[in-house]
Order: sequence, then C-alpha cells, then structure tokens
Amino acid sequence: MKKRNDFTMSCPVPIKDYPYVLLAHGGGGKLMHEMIERMFKEVFVPNDTVNSHDSAVLNCSTERIAFTTDSYVVQPLIFPGGDIGKLAVFGTVNDLAMSGARPVYLSLGFILEEGLPMETLWQIVRSIKQAADEASVRIVTGDTKVVDRGKGDGVFINTAGVGLMEHHLNIHPSSVKKGDVILLNGDIARHGMAVMTVREGLEFESAIESDTAPLANIVLTLLNEGIEIHCLRDLTRGGLASTLNEIAMAAKVEIRIDELSIPVREDVAAACEILGFDPLYVANEGRFAAFIPKKDKEKALAVMKKHSMGKGACLVGEVIGEGEALVTMKSKIGTTRVIDMLSGEQLPRIC
Amino acid sequence: MKYIDEYRDPDLAQQLSAAIRKITTKRHVIMEVCGGQTHAIVKFGIDELLPKEIELVHGPGCPVCVTPLELIDKAVKIASLKSVIFCSFGDMLRVPGSQKDLFSVKAEGGDVRVVYSPLDALKIAQENPDRQVVFFAVGFETTAPANAMAVYQAKEQAVSNFSILVSHVLVPPAMEAILSSKNNRVKGFLAAGHVCTVMGYWEYEPIAKKYKVPIVVTGFEPLDILQGIYMCVKQLEEGRFEVQNQYTRSVTHDGNKPAQGLIEKVFCVCPRKWRGVGEIARSGLQLRDAYKDYDAERRFDVTGIKTQENAECISGLILQGVKKPHECPAFAVKCTPEKPLGATMVSSEGACAAYYHYRKMER
Repeated sequence: MKKRNDFTMSCPVPIKDYPYVLLAHGGGGKLMHEMIERMFKEVFVPNDTVNSHDSAVLNCSTERIAFTTDSYVVQPLIFPGGDIGKLAVFGTVNDLAMSGARPVYLSLGFILEEGLPMETLWQIVRSIKQAADEASVRIVTGDTKVVDRGKGDGVFINTAGVGLMEHHLNIHPSSVKKGDVILLNGDIARHGMAVMTVREGLEFESAIESDTAPLANIVLTLLNEGIEIHCLRDLTRGGLASTLNEIAMAAKVEIRIDELSIPVREDVAAACEILGFDPLYVANEGRFAAFIPKKDKEKALAVMKKHSMGKGACLVGEVIGEGEALVTMKSKIGTTRVIDMLSGEQLPRIC
Repeated sequence: MKYIDEYRDPDLAQQLSAAIRKITTKRHVIMEVCGGQTHAIVKFGIDELLPKEIELVHGPGCPVCVTPLELIDKAVKIASLKSVIFCSFGDMLRVPGSQKDLFSVKAEGGDVRVVYSPLDALKIAQENPDRQVVFFAVGFETTAPANAMAVYQAKEQAVSNFSILVSHVLVPPAMEAILSSKNNRVKGFLAAGHVCTVMGYWEYEPIAKKYKVPIVVTGFEPLDILQGIYMCVKQLEEGRFEVQNQYTRSVTHDGNKPAQGLIEKVFCVCPRKWRGVGEIARSGLQLRDAYKDYDAERRFDVTGIKTQENAECISGLILQGVKKPHECPAFAVKCTPEKPLGATMVSSEGACAAYYHYRKMER
C-alpha cells in the first residue's frame, strides 16, 4: 500500500547505502548520527532553533499548559487515508485539543525494528512533517532506538505534546451536567474499518479511508466563538460507545443517544455488517464528542458545520440524568437499549 | 443502507407489533433457534414490542455455545504445538476450555490466527508448507459448505499439511431433542434463516407434523423477526402447525443444492455431543472416510483429555430454553464477558452475552 505520490523528496540517507534499518542506526555511533542529522532533524525543526542537546527548552506564554503522551502501534503501517506517522501527530494533537489547549510542541520517539525498509521510514517521516505543519505544532525533541528483527512490528512511535491553555473553562467530565447536549463532528467508524479492511489475511477490498485529522483548530474556533464547552473527548479506540461510557462513569450521569441521528457512511456500514462489527465501537481518529449546554446548541452546530473538520456535525444525544452512570440508545425501531462498554476486542462472528 | 434500512423501519415495526397484539388471545412460548436472532431480538428490543402473552425463549443455535468442552480442550492442545498454525473464527478464541482459552494459547506463544473463511486457512497452509495448519471447523449447516470446500480443495490440490478439527452440528435433531424433552415449554419455532438458505426447509416438515408445532423460517432483521412471530402466533391461534417461510428473499424449499451436495460428499452424519445439552443422535457431521486424512483428531494426539465443566454454569438449561440468562445466580456477578463461566457468555450470539450487553436494567 505504498503511496509513491506522497513521497516527493528523496530520502537523505542514501537508500543504495542502507536500504534497511540496521541495529547500528540505533547504536549511538556514526550511522545513528547520520540518520538523525540527515533524516530527522532537518525535516522536523528549522536549523536555527535547534541545538543538539539532551532536552529542548520551551517558551510558554500561558500560566496553564496541557501535557499528554500516547504510543502508536498499528498494522499496516500505511493504510488508506493515513499512516502511523500521521496518527502519531494527530493523535497527540487531538488529546491536547480535548482539553481546549492550543497544541504547540511535540516530542517524537521512534522504536524501529531492524530490517525496516529505509524507504518506509522516510515515507513515515515525511508524513509526520506534513501532519505537524498541518496541525501547527513543532517537534522539538526526539529519540530513536532500534530493536532486533522480530522484536518490533516495523515501527512503534511515541509522541508527547504540550499545549497552551488560553481559556479558563474546566473542560472535563466533571463539568458535564444534566441537560447538556452531545454533538459529533461527523460520521463515525471510518478509521477502524479502513485499517480492518486492509489488514493482512482479510480478503476484503474497499476504498474506505481513515478519518485521521487534527481537531485542535475546530475546538479553538468553538472556544473563540464563546461556546461554553463542558467536555470534549475524541472517539478513538472503542469508538463512540466507549467514549460515552467513560464520560458517563466519570461524571456519574445518564446519557441517551438516538441511533437515527448517528451518521455512518454507507460503505462503512456495509463493511461493518459484513464483518459483524458494531460501528458504535469502531475506532475513529478525527472525530470528537462535545458536551455543551443546550443554550449553545444551535450556535455550536453552525460553527462546526462551517469548519472543514465539522462539515458533518450533528446532535446525537443528551445528558438526561445525574447520579447513575448509564448510556442508553433509542434504536431505529423505537425501542431502548443499553450501550455497554466493550469487553476486550470486537471479534468477527462465525455466521 | 439498502437491504438493511428497509428491514428496520420504525413505522412498519409498530404496525407489525399492533398486528401481533390484535391476533394474540392466549399465552404462547416461541423459540428462536438461531443465536443471531437472539442477538437481534435483545439488541433491538423486539420483545418490548410484543404483548405480554408472548414469551420468546432462546434456542441452541449458537455454534460457539454448543461446541463441546472436549473439543475446545483438543483445540487448545493442538494450537499449543510449535509445528502448528491454528486458524479459527474470532468468536472461538475467548471460549473457556477446562484450563484456558485459545487467546491464552496465543499469549503463551502459540500461532493462533483469526480468519474469516476456511479457504483463508487453506491458503495459509499452501504458503507455509513446513507447518501444519489446522482450521477449527465449528458451526451449523451454514458454515458446513465452506468447510467442506476447504477440505475438498485441499485434497484436489494435494495440500497435505492442512486439516480441520470438526465440531459440526445440525439443527433439526436439536429441535427434536428439545421437543421430546419432558421440560419442554416451546410451542412454536422461528427456524434459522441462514441454515435454511443452505438446507431449504423440507427437513422441518416431518418435525412440524410429528410434534404439532408451527415452524416459521425467519430472517435476522427486526421486521423479519416481527413478521416471523406474527406468522407463528397466527398458526398457534388458529391451531395450525405448518412450515412457513418468512425469509423468502434468501430461502427456498429445496435450499442450495450444490452446497448440500458438497456437504454430502465430504461429511457424513454422526452422533455429536452438545455443550450443556449432552449427546444427540445423528446431530453432527464428521469427515467421510475418503477425507479422513484431513481430520485433525487423527493427525494429532488428542487423547487423554479430561474435561471439567464449571459447576455453577447453567448454560445447558439456557440453550434448551428452560431458563433465561438473568435467572442464573452467577449472571453478571461471577460470570461476565471478561470472566465467563460458560460459552453462552462469550459468543456474540450467546444469550447470556446478549442479555449482559443490552439489558443492564435487568441485572
């Protein structure tokens, strides 16, 4: 699944010399320095602001900052609509955005498996650069390790991020109240099905592309428009259902959603039906749920719909009670059922 | 989505619900045979749309649930061998054996892989000629043709490192076992639509006649199930006991003849143990002598397995429609999807799992 078109710059570590990552690329010697100097540093940070030191020194203009970290392990490394590099940038950017922070700095740690094609690594590195530019964050520090062949899965990436808190709201489950409405910024379940449909061993052809995208800008736009955001959560692993359960438990509230209002693209719904997955539990990488007071509903929806990351924005539910943690859904045929946390992974059914 | 949304139409669901109420004058116990139907009923809350006189009981049609413990233990033993790539449908990996499940085998270093089709397992065998590839062939008549095809092709193409661990079961003998049990409360059946897609419904005609029960071949979407219930209740109210076909968009009287032919070619009928229920005569399929070289039980030493069922699990009574999941003292207390005591809590088609996920109010 290599997209050669995205690979515009040629790899600065000549592939003819080292077509694959060697253990020595993580050994601290010349090869490692050459790879960092030529491949990583030039791409990530403009030369004038970086110095080869053990840590980066950062300027922060706000009293409060948001700080988060996440590790990325995905197979295949490159999938329709994205790759592990893009995920590693947007995932951490989005975690910062869910506090309402403006993401500014990222760290980047690579664990590479010996034998990884240098071209694949370069494609991921280029993708990280593009993603960081798109999300307006700077990668200011990093690390590279190489593990023996068979002890990694090609590439593992860890990113940590710092974001500036330029607002004074407490965007947190504890701020969720009875009467809050729940907005989504678009259709669900695309990332999970994009990865699932190309995964090794699964003979299922599909053009479903991951929804991976940076969410900080749309959140900042909502804040700038004066929307009183109570809570935000990106719908990653476990999908919408798990996210709502997490918030219901943390805030001790009862949430009711309406199945008819939850957008699932037709091809995604079809893939889910065939494979026996419930789209409510499938991962997303560019979707979030916003809990806001009812008074701001119309305005927030209008702001979201105008933004490129919120064209499919919609109202999916409401907080209907306090005290007991529960998520229920009005089904398409008008009955009500519980939406539970998933136990382990969703598994494909027998028939 | 086309072919799905039409069958989840809220207005039509309400109309069918009203129609069922209108014709119901007395109490009826109806069993939906297939676990897929059980899940649809609980997930969509279809029983909420029925009058209180109608009780739905959940049948034995969950392949994961009825696969005997002994077979799970055999799978665990084979999958633990270094030379083996063990392939299975995803559902089977979490089913508890006497000691452990297949997920644990994988975590301990076994090469256990989830596949979507037995033919994928055959392909893995062709790609790994130095390894033994075993496919866990479970299921009802629905999965039998694909499993038969994998074995048939393995023989045609002389793939000698491929075998299957067979635990195939058949629906009609299980229905007869339920009907002839002294505990039986079931007065009508929704037969399993996908089993009948393969087999047709001619096999059910003698059962309806012998036991005087209406049998309605039914699909899996909410409107299918409501219509199936309507047809079954109408027969019960009118004192008829016929085999009717609700699922006409998929099922014909004779079924899929080439698929039946392939099953017949590769498999023959045998007695089979059902987990929680016991042995039922002529209720399973095993490989014919011509294909016995592809039987994993012959290829690997799986003797000396001592099974141990959990004493607290009442899944047998649940699979026979005698008890409901929430009537079990262990339900949602000692037995959860994370720590299941029995298979009915594991499978996405198991009745206990369905109640656990969609019915928190009843805990």
